[in-house]
Amino acid sequence: MMRTISVLVENQPGVLSKVVGLFSRRGFNIDSLAVGTTEDKSISRITIVVNGDSYIIEQVEKQLNKLIPIIKVKTLEEGGYISRTLSLVKVSASAKTRPELMKLAELMGARIVDVSKNSLTLEFADTPERTEVFMSLVRPYGIKETVRTGAIAVESGHTVI
Amino acid sequence: MINGAQAMVECLKKEGVSVMFGYPGAVICPFYDAVYEDGSISHVLVRQEQNAGHEASGYARISGKVGVCVVTSGPGATNLITAIATAYLDSVPIVAITGQVRRDQLGKDVFQEVDITGSVEPFVKHSYLIKDANEIPRIFKEAFHIASTGRPGPVLIDVPMDVQLDELDNFEYPEKVNIIGYKPSTKGNPLQVKKALSVIEGAKKPVICIGGGIINAKACDELRAFAEKTGIPVVSTMMGLSAMPSNHDSFIGMIGMHGTPAANKAVSNADTVIIIGARVGDRAVKSPQAVFEGAKIVHIDVDPAEIGKNVKVFVPIVGDAKIILSEISDKCDYVCPDEWKEEVKEYKREYKRNLESRADIEGFVNPVKFLKALSDKMPEDSVVAADVGQNQIWTCNHFEVKEGRLLNSGGMGTMGYSVGAAIGAKLAKPDVPVVAICGDGSFQMQMMELATLVQHGIDVKIVIMRNKNLGMIREIQKNLYKSRHIASNLDGSPDFVALANAYGIPARSIGSNDEIEGAVNELLAAKGPYLLQCMVSSEQPSL
Repeated sequence: MMRTISVLVENQPGVLSKVVGLFSRRGFNIDSLAVGTTEDKSISRITIVVNGDSYIIEQVEKQLNKLIPIIKVKTLEEGGYISRTLSLVKVSASAKTRPELMKLAELMGARIVDVSKNSLTLEFADTPERTEVFMSLVRPYGIKETVRTGAIAVESGHTVI
Repeated sequence: MINGAQAMVECLKKEGVSVMFGYPGAVICPFYDAVYEDGSISHVLVRQEQNAGHEASGYARISGKVGVCVVTSGPGATNLITAIATAYLDSVPIVAITGQVRRDQLGKDVFQEVDITGSVEPFVKHSYLIKDANEIPRIFKEAFHIASTGRPGPVLIDVPMDVQLDELDNFEYPEKVNIIGYKPSTKGNPLQVKKALSVIEGAKKPVICIGGGIINAKACDELRAFAEKTGIPVVSTMMGLSAMPSNHDSFIGMIGMHGTPAANKAVSNADTVIIIGARVGDRAVKSPQAVFEGAKIVHIDVDPAEIGKNVKVFVPIVGDAKIILSEISDKCDYVCPDEWKEEVKEYKREYKRNLESRADIEGFVNPVKFLKALSDKMPEDSVVAADVGQNQIWTCNHFEVKEGRLLNSGGMGTMGYSVGAAIGAKLAKPDVPVVAICGDGSFQMQMMELATLVQHGIDVKIVIMRNKNLGMIREIQKNLYKSRHIASNLDGSPDFVALANAYGIPARSIGSNDEIEGAVNELLAAKGPYLLQCMVSSEQPSL
């Protein structure tokens, strides 16, 4: 089962390697990982999507909590959060297929961020599930390159971590 | 004005450090020079860096304070790694200071540079690489705090040489630490304590299973009070040994792969197991789920990550064993049923009978009898450090600890641990006799420390159980590999008596049970270090 874990850490050197090292040596599987600062520059947020059963998730939480620079760890409730990944997809586009791709981008809410003679680059920011749908729709045109971030997530409603 | 090295010394003094263990090298020389200049902290020069870690660890475990070791960069630091991992797995509070190459040379693979904070990452509680001399006071304060609170463990501080030489703007040692992500819980959740009480009240066949956490929490008195009030039998993991006297009426023995059948039987037949300060590692309980089948588990531990990691728990309580035990003890009117107490005591008697009926192997010292004699003759508060291998199993099961302490490398099983641990213990408690018990394999991993004993006049007695083999490996090869003995024979080893004499240490060798009494008397009467070799049969089983 995929679970999204949100982690607040002190923004100091080596903290990311501590987190990543812990996952690899304890055999936890990271599906995706995203890091960035928060509104407080001394604190960063790491969003980790983990594949594992409830025992694994509990161990991930507890072991992360043991690391000194880690401030808070929270596994987000299913359905209780908004999650996004950002994708940049370079697709083959001829004079014939370009209008179709532009239509598709409009339908899906993707932005065209670069155009060249033989290709289009699309920017798509949505849930991991919608991103899969989008990818499957553009795939027939020929994907030249995909760049994707790990998921970031925020809880819905008033709750904050 | 004060430089980084002088600031480091000031920090150590503020933390009450009076002795440290180490080995100098070029990039830690500024610090050593500051120690020389100050003159108030004594230094024990080891003969290989790993021993500095074990000595700091033995010192920490007996003094209850943080042990400090100091080494240089590169090979000095990597030699220390085994001792750091040993301290980590046994939750021992040490602060390891390593010298490092200059900041502008970091990452350039210069002479004696190694990424030590990166190397020890998986087995330190925390580590620091100091990049600014002004950070020294805060980092030292945090390091001692982190090492000694919550679940104790090693903290490493890596200090580049130029940071040691840089001047601080001003030196002020912080009163308090403020680490937002580190606030270990001490008091148990009242609801969980209540639940635990109701589980205990309903028990017909309860057992208390203790680990090293009892000793770390200084909860030995509370444990004894609880066991005496309720009459619940007590078993121990290897790390929990000496939290309770082994001749105590309620104490059954050590559990696990190398424990006594009596203790293991008590655990598997129990309907309620109260685990305190133990992580239920694989050597303590091989397949916990099967062993604890049907039993209700109450697990008290200061480290939440240990609860539910190896065994499914009915009532988890996170917190300090001392606080929780006294709370449970106060609120508990439970008395353990007599039939169960009798049943468990019979397990213990049966084990003793089996042990006594075993024939001695002619022409050798029986380690069981030797250890019995040693524990009978040593003062009650003595400290014994066991090494790793058969000698450790014999010591754990047959040395009767009373009010003293038994030191072990339980988690890592580090050969070459005992002499170092004993040296640290002796410096922590100079008034009590300290004995290191090792095998001829493990002794040869640490025999360079004989020089340390002599140089500093440290009164540690060494007992070598010599069977001319790596006894435990030989036993495994015999039982599981059709006696195809490879690399377990120690031919080529020196005459240990002559070796000790070469260092000016008196020594003796015995080869029969008749000589035990005289030899133990001589060992205990000796002023200063002494080495006793007991010739043991290679056929002597571990259990």
